[in-house]
Formats: sequence, C-alpha cells, structure tokens
Amino acid sequence: MILILGNKVERSVLELIGKAINLSEKSGMKVGVFLIGGRELENAERLLDYGVDQVFVVSDERLERFVSDVYLRVSERIIKDMDPEIILSPADTFGRSLMPMIAAKLETGLTADCTELDFDEKGNFLQTRPAIGGNIMATIVIPYHKPKMATVRPRTFNIAKEIGRKKGAKLEFLKIPDEYFESNVRLLSFKEKRDEVNIQEADVIVAAGKGLRRKENMEIVRELAGLVGGAVGASRAIVDAKWISHDHQVGLSGKTVKPKVYIAAGISGAVQHIAGMQTSEMIIAINKDKFAPIFKVADIGIVADAKSTLEEIIRRLRSR
Amino acid sequence: MNIIVLVKQVPDTDKVKIDPESGTMVREGFEAVMNTFDLHALELALRIKEMVGGSVRVISMGPPNTEDILREALALGADRATLVSDRIFAGSDTLATSLVLKRAIERYEFDLILAGEKATDGETGQVGPEVGAMMNLPVITYVSKLLDIKKDSLIVERSVEDGLEEWEVRLPALLTVSRSVSEPRFPTLSGKKRALKMDIETLGFSDLGLKADQVGLRGSPTRVVKVFNVSVTRKADMYEGKRVSEGIDRVVEILRRFSR
Repeated sequence: MILILGNKVERSVLELIGKAINLSEKSGMKVGVFLIGGRELENAERLLDYGVDQVFVVSDERLERFVSDVYLRVSERIIKDMDPEIILSPADTFGRSLMPMIAAKLETGLTADCTELDFDEKGNFLQTRPAIGGNIMATIVIPYHKPKMATVRPRTFNIAKEIGRKKGAKLEFLKIPDEYFESNVRLLSFKEKRDEVNIQEADVIVAAGKGLRRKENMEIVRELAGLVGGAVGASRAIVDAKWISHDHQVGLSGKTVKPKVYIAAGISGAVQHIAGMQTSEMIIAINKDKFAPIFKVADIGIVADAKSTLEEIIRRLRSR
Repeated sequence: MNIIVLVKQVPDTDKVKIDPESGTMVREGFEAVMNTFDLHALELALRIKEMVGGSVRVISMGPPNTEDILREALALGADRATLVSDRIFAGSDTLATSLVLKRAIERYEFDLILAGEKATDGETGQVGPEVGAMMNLPVITYVSKLLDIKKDSLIVERSVEDGLEEWEVRLPALLTVSRSVSEPRFPTLSGKKRALKMDIETLGFSDLGLKADQVGLRGSPTRVVKVFNVSVTRKADMYEGKRVSEGIDRVVEILRRFSR
C-alpha cells in the first residue's frame, strides 16, 4: 500500500492522492490515506470520491494542534498495523516534523521535500529532490527498508481528479485508547495568522530587497501583494535590517517557494536567494542595475527603480 | 540548566558562486561556516544560561575541520564542545547521523537539546526530530520564541502555517528553532582567545558502542542513485529606458488575472 499521511483534508493531501493513484497504476499497490487531527476530520469521507482504496481517520478534539508525542505514538501504532510499502506526506510543518520522528522509530529511510516520484522498470521507488542550489537534482532510493518514506513539496503535483468511489473503498474512524493521549507537551493557546498569506502557498509573491531603499517603502510592496491576493517575500538583507520578519525570507536561510508569479523588486539575486525561488513558474525582476544576477533567472526584466515601478504597477492595476 | 546544542558545518552560501556554463554551484574553495539556524539555537542556549545558570555544550558530527565552528561556538560563550568524527561515518544519511548523535548525547547530562530548524545545505530538517524520537524526548519543532522558563518545563511559541501556538514542554526535551528565536551575538576578542585554549572532546566510532553496519553508507537506508543538473537559466525579455512602460504593461496584464 501507498499510504498518505496528513492532518487535514486539504489541497496538499489531494495532490498526494493524485500522485499516489498514478503510482498505484504502475505498481498495483493500493492507495490508503491516514489522517490524524481534530474534529474537523469528521468530513474526511469526501476523500473516497478521489478513487482511493481506504481512508483511516483518527479525529479527536485533543488532537486539534500538533501534539508531537501523541501524534507519534498513534501514527507509529497505526502504520505498524497497516504495514505500507510507501508513506508520503506534505513537506509542510506537519509532515516535516512527524515524518522524521516516525522514520526514526521505524528505523527506515526518509527523503525530504521531493519534487518527483516514480518507479523504474525494476520497481525501485525513485524519489527526486532538489539538492543545494535547486538546479542540481538528486534521485534517491531506499533499497532494503520498509516503509519507504518521502515528504513532498506542496504545489508540486496536480490535485487528484474526483473519479468517484472505488468498489469496496472504505472509510474507518479509528478509536484510540486513552493511554495514548498522555503527553509531555501541552497546548496553552493558539493565535490564528489572519491577514497574512503564507508565502509557500501563495500564487503571487511580491518580494522586496535593499533596492527599495527604505523600510517605509515596504508599504508599497504590501499594497501590491494585497491587490493580487499574494504574499510578501523578502531578501535576507532586508530581514537582517529588520524591515520585515524572518517568516518572509526567501532563500536557503529562509523558505523555498514556487509561486505562479514571483516579483523580485530591488533584489540583486545572491545565490542564496535565487536557490529559494528559481523554480517559480514566472519570474519578474525589477532592478536599476541591468547586470544584476536576478535577471539571469527572470522571464521579464525591468531595468528601473523598484519603488517607482511598483507604484506604477499599482496605479495601472487600480485604473482598469 | 544544562543545554546541548547540535550544530552543523555548512558551505557559506553567501559566498558561493554559480558556474555560468553548467549552472551548478562552484564547490571549490568553499568557506565553511556554522549553519545559520544552529547559530540562532546556540544564542538561545547562551541566553537561557545567562538567565538561569547551567552550562552549554555544542556537539557536531563532521570531518576534523568541523573543529573551526566548534571553536566559534566556544568563543561565543559555549562551555564545552564535542566533535564526533570518524572516517566510517562518511556518507551517513539523516537516520545514521541521528543515531550517532544520539549515542554522543547520551554520554552527557542535559535538560534541553536545541537544534536549528534545518541546515542550509541539505535542507532536510530531519536530524533534530529524528534524534528527539530516538531518545524518546518530547519534541517541539519550529520554535519561534522562548516565552518562559519554569522549574521543569519551558513555555515556547511555535510558528506554523496558519498561526502561532504556545506550548508548555516538560524537560528534558528537544526543540528545533527558527531564526526569529534569537539574534546571535558577535564573538569578542577575549572570547576568541579563550576558545583557542579550550579543549575539544573528540569522539570516534569506537567510543559510541555502535556496529559498523549502523553508521556511514552501510547504516543509511537512503541511497543517492543519480545526480543531474537542470538548467533553469531563463532568457529574460528586458525592458529598459523608454521601453520600461511597455514592460510595466506586461506585468500589469499578468497580475490582472490575480487581482481582486
């Protein structure tokens, strides 16, 4: 079985289902989904419409947030029972935390942040991920261990098609004994991030660099991002200068992003930044220096002052 | 509080260059530095020590020249350093690395283990949580702030996609931290001088009670079977001078699809 591990019925899980169904056609393996999380998972039944064989759900109000030790104990137990060949999970804060802990307990291999999954003609499960810099790819196999585990970068694969319920497909809500809920961590509070668009999920990122000259000009960047429902990104230089928080930093010491449109405004394009954004679908670079390295990875280059160019883009967008 | 900080030596990504022919990173002459996320973890450890007393030990697994980043940590204020180094460890993946680190850590008394959220070279972010799980410690990942230190627990903020969580975690525990957790200090001259005289404890394979098939390539479930380049060099349509306005029009047209 190819098992998908998730904590929500959301896009990233549907993307993995799409890929898993494609892999199951090549290998004959069944596709299962195991979701662990809060009460909202009671709506998990709709996953059966995507053509999976089995959906297992642990839904409990004590699991609304990621209670690491309980999540690990429950997942380990259920995975041992299901004995999958392969486990896939989104490479978000959930998958990137729980999957390594499970791999350690099961003493097996885990590949982080894959962007391609396939079987070769001998049936080896090929996991491909970007290596340092993003323009080197490494293909990894786990020859002698089971399960073979991989986290997959969200927005890599297409969402599964609603092909309808498979014959014999079943949904099961699993009961977990109370002793599994003993924990050494306790959630005290949760504050939702409301207004901000997560840069790893945004369709558009407007990223700013030192070329904007002043912290006040970040307002222009925020305005444009707001207009297009996008997120604000940042170079390391302006994060270090405290124009914006670390959460927004794109690059090797920040986040890796792959939006539909990436606008680099006043960013010269240090290697460490380019490595975090070069796989974006379309890159628009705005910089006064026509020799700035950022133009080498751009699709559209505008040689001009970043601030006034952004202002002009906003003005024209507003006057439709 | 006795704190262990796991640190890793990585290439200095601020200084690397891209080979214009192959589009790959030029690795020769790489300057090695401490992974920036680990530097922030170390700073947090030093601040906890300054608040409540105790000691800070840094541990790193790597080739012998990893000593440099351990000296840097000592110069910044760490009390002790351990280098875990042996030829047989070469090629270890995250599982084998975590096992080696676990065995090294178990030699010491500790209340807290800190590590960076990920390293800037491999970017897997797996070793921290793997070590925590192997040692049956409570783990909190993506810690963005330390809020309080209690007698046998810590209160921390964890930053995730949809919000900020506040957790109380019982000690001993392992935390992986993001850069916002602290602002690293700079080393002082006296710190550097002191660090030069300090001993770095070195542990090899024979000190850890492991079998040869548990470490290095043999102890690693994952195998790299192929490495290849993907050229992502694009040919930009450039708009300069009088044509800037035309370029802006193109951008506006693209963005209209997303505008609200």
